[in-house]
Amino acid sequence: MTLASIQTPMAQEIKQPTAPVLVLRYLRRNKGLAFGLAILLALTLFTVIGLITIDPKKAYPLSAAFKQPPSLKYPFGTDFFGRDLLAAMVLGTWQTAFIGLLAGGIGTLVGIILGFTSAYFGGWVDSAIRTICQILTPVPVLLIQVVVAGSLDKRDVTIVTMAMIVAMLAWMGPTLVIRSQVLTMKERQFVAVAKLSGVSDMGIIMKEILPNLLPFIAAAFVAQVFMAVFASLYLAVLGLGPLREPLLGNIIWSAQSQGAFFNGWWWWPLEPAFAMILILGALALVNMGLDELANPRVRRTE
Amino acid sequence: MNTKIIVQRLAFFALVVWAASTIVFFVPRLSPRNAIRERFGELARTGGFSPGDIEKLIASMQQQFGLDKPIWEQYWQYLGNILRMDFGYSLSRYPMTVTEVIMQSVPWTIGLLLVTTVLSFVIGTLLGAVAAWPKAPAWLRSIATPFILLTGVPPIIMGILLLFFVGFRMKLLPLGGAYSVGLVPNWSWAFFADLMVHQILPALSLILGSVGTWVLSMRGMGITIQGEDYVNFAEHKGLSPGRIFRDYYVRNALLPQVTGLALAIGTVVTSAVVVEQLFGLPGIGTALNLAIRANDFPVIYGIVLFITIAIALLMLLLEFIYPVLDPRIRTN
Repeated sequence: MTLASIQTPMAQEIKQPTAPVLVLRYLRRNKGLAFGLAILLALTLFTVIGLITIDPKKAYPLSAAFKQPPSLKYPFGTDFFGRDLLAAMVLGTWQTAFIGLLAGGIGTLVGIILGFTSAYFGGWVDSAIRTICQILTPVPVLLIQVVVAGSLDKRDVTIVTMAMIVAMLAWMGPTLVIRSQVLTMKERQFVAVAKLSGVSDMGIIMKEILPNLLPFIAAAFVAQVFMAVFASLYLAVLGLGPLREPLLGNIIWSAQSQGAFFNGWWWWPLEPAFAMILILGALALVNMGLDELANPRVRRTE
Repeated sequence: MNTKIIVQRLAFFALVVWAASTIVFFVPRLSPRNAIRERFGELARTGGFSPGDIEKLIASMQQQFGLDKPIWEQYWQYLGNILRMDFGYSLSRYPMTVTEVIMQSVPWTIGLLLVTTVLSFVIGTLLGAVAAWPKAPAWLRSIATPFILLTGVPPIIMGILLLFFVGFRMKLLPLGGAYSVGLVPNWSWAFFADLMVHQILPALSLILGSVGTWVLSMRGMGITIQGEDYVNFAEHKGLSPGRIFRDYYVRNALLPQVTGLALAIGTVVTSAVVVEQLFGLPGIGTALNLAIRANDFPVIYGIVLFITIAIALLMLLLEFIYPVLDPRIRTN
């Protein structure tokens, strides 16, 4: 009796659950990932509904009453410059997410390309890329970003340039992670088989290695988004953000410059701080959850 | 540790410093901004200069700062200046040099950093060791949990929460500044006490979020060490649990913790920079913030380089501490 004839009747009996059901089942086991995704979903809903219903002009100075504590009319209060903080929070959350996604995306993409080149081709290319990563790692990224952002004209700093500044030094982490994963992947049998069957380098990278790396790439991307949000917060808090925009870090910076707590305007810095905790906390949870997905062996070792 | 490794480490340190200095040299020169022109532009708006005079002034200033020379010559001179820790003059506090500005503010930062890093490292390592130690009482092991939950909250956000709950709501601690308004710095106990009270919230915002990272890594190490043969052997030899905990368990888990400390120094320092300016402490972070506001480029670049060199130096020092902690490295 051949193997195929045993398996066929079995396969007919078992009803394969659909993909969404499988995803939901997995999320029930991986609670951290589920919780993180739920927070991100809630934040997205807050931003999307906000962007549709609220006039974005209210997020800029002189559009509302000054220094009002939270009330029915202004649920999040207003600030010293006459901004409606509800509108500012909606727009600021969106801008923060945008910087994170753009910078994280660019960093991960560059990391994938460099990591693959380095690991797959090896030789002097590998040692050059690795040495550059090793030298740049101890240099505090934020400080270099301070130099770059400080060298720009303050009027030129927009949300997009901010994302570029953050992305510029956000590729070393993904490069090293993906390089080491490709190195282990290269030694696997299925790659050797593909090579012996005459598949080209590009074919092996695209069809054999890349699909197997997807969970790692997803984890690296989320980690990079986390770093980018963090970096943009620090730059903005130092006064290097696009000063006109209600980016969350900028709201904190302006509240701090006006001595918000000394003057009793507690809601002003507190709201962006809470939003930041939600964003970073959710990203950290998703990142840990994806690690568990990518690395089943470390699952629940604790 | 043999000479080859020492030379290797020193070369790496030099390479890091060189890379950072090169970035700091070339990035501003790629930008269309001209610090001197901007500075005189500001003066021209406030005072009565005629445009021709301004151009002459700018030209003479550029000559004085050597900006009219070819860029490679400038670069060599600049690298030489960095070796001598000469970062030039501050634009906004002119007769002061950048090094003077840094030296004035750096003791504050070192004080804050030293206390918070040592405290969070020691507390975190001990709590992590206890959390993984099966013989410890349950209540002792559960102390670590709240710290783990706080891991990853940026210190500046922690600072805002502390300011709100402890400073603003409960009115227990001051909202900012290095000492109370109206006090003149002196060597009395009263002033010292006031100084310390103002340092509590900044220190807590740096400590609370970072204890958890040490707990997590130490707990992970602790769990692996428990299965080791030498721990079993020590137990069967009848050594006291305290001795096993101290000499067999914590001691062996300490080396990766110190490596972690070396890797975390960059993050720790940048966090301190941001927290200082949230609380208005007169450290290097506030100096950086003031320089950014005043477009004082030499100070911005000087501080960035200074911190980078300091971090690279600290990492180098920790490398030399390894042999003290681990006899295997000493003999090899």
